[in-house]
Amino acid sequence: MLEDLSQYILDIAENSAKAKARQVLIELKIDNSKKLIVLRVSDDGFGMDEDLLKKVEDPFTTTRKERRVGLGIPFLKQAALACEGFFKITSERGKGTIVEAGFRKDHIDCPPLGDIASTIATLIMGWPQCRWIFRYEVDDRSFTLDLADLLGYLEDRELLKSPKVVLWIKEYIQENISLLHGKEGGDGIA
Amino acid sequence: MVLPKIRNLEDLRKLKEEAKDLTSARSGGKKKIIVGMGTCGIAAGAREVLTAILNELDKRGIKDVAVETTGCIGMCQYEPLVDIIRPGEPRVTYGNVKPEDVSRIIAEHLINGNIVWEKVIGRTD
Repeated sequence: MLEDLSQYILDIAENSAKAKARQVLIELKIDNSKKLIVLRVSDDGFGMDEDLLKKVEDPFTTTRKERRVGLGIPFLKQAALACEGFFKITSERGKGTIVEAGFRKDHIDCPPLGDIASTIATLIMGWPQCRWIFRYEVDDRSFTLDLADLLGYLEDRELLKSPKVVLWIKEYIQENISLLHGKEGGDGIA
Repeated sequence: MVLPKIRNLEDLRKLKEEAKDLTSARSGGKKKIIVGMGTCGIAAGAREVLTAILNELDKRGIKDVAVETTGCIGMCQYEPLVDIIRPGEPRVTYGNVKPEDVSRIIAEHLINGNIVWEKVIGRTD
């Protein structure tokens, strides 16, 4: 198991990038009235056929050759179900994949959010050719970061490899997440 | 309500100028740092190591280095794994790297070319 939600997001979103997605949408919704956290990662990558989709929640399924277990999806599912949440994965060969996981916010086994900003910055740096869209919602307020907007200012995709730029993006996301949590008195920021 | 923002996307224009000479880090014949970012790496703290690397490079103003991430390479027990590649030298893999090891590996190996042997788990020529 991983330590917090930000680590699960990094792990799951990397699957999208490795599936050659051109666009990945990462949505994290925190609903305080329903006491629910919903994570959704949608990509337009290879997708999976029905056979693979059936097996993908099994740890002994992996497309990788270095080792014979794949723990990313089973881990996320286990974490969601451990706090009486839900887990859903839908996919179509050639269309893409949507992974959705819900977490009961007030459940003792609900993982902390962790460092979401570092996760998004790491994804952007690791796969700069992919259009990352990150949407973070707290009740009725939201923050969206679209890599296409950032590139509008940067112009050169190569700059997404600059430590200065990556660190700036991380701080920018962190600031905006903190602002959304402002009214809650910092609740939910691990 | 308009939320006050400390950082603004406009800042990226300025940052672009500052980071421009980094484009010398475009791949090919340059130093490279590769961080393992598979499930195993993430669980072991690879993201924190990557952040420490970016901070160290930024602090030292090092621009001729390309930083990349990679998936699991089957040595999960040694994660976080960090590879240092200097042109014309063997690729060196460091294992169980902690954020506090980063400044030493960068200063001694990446910059000065002296391998930090106590953290090495592999070498590829």
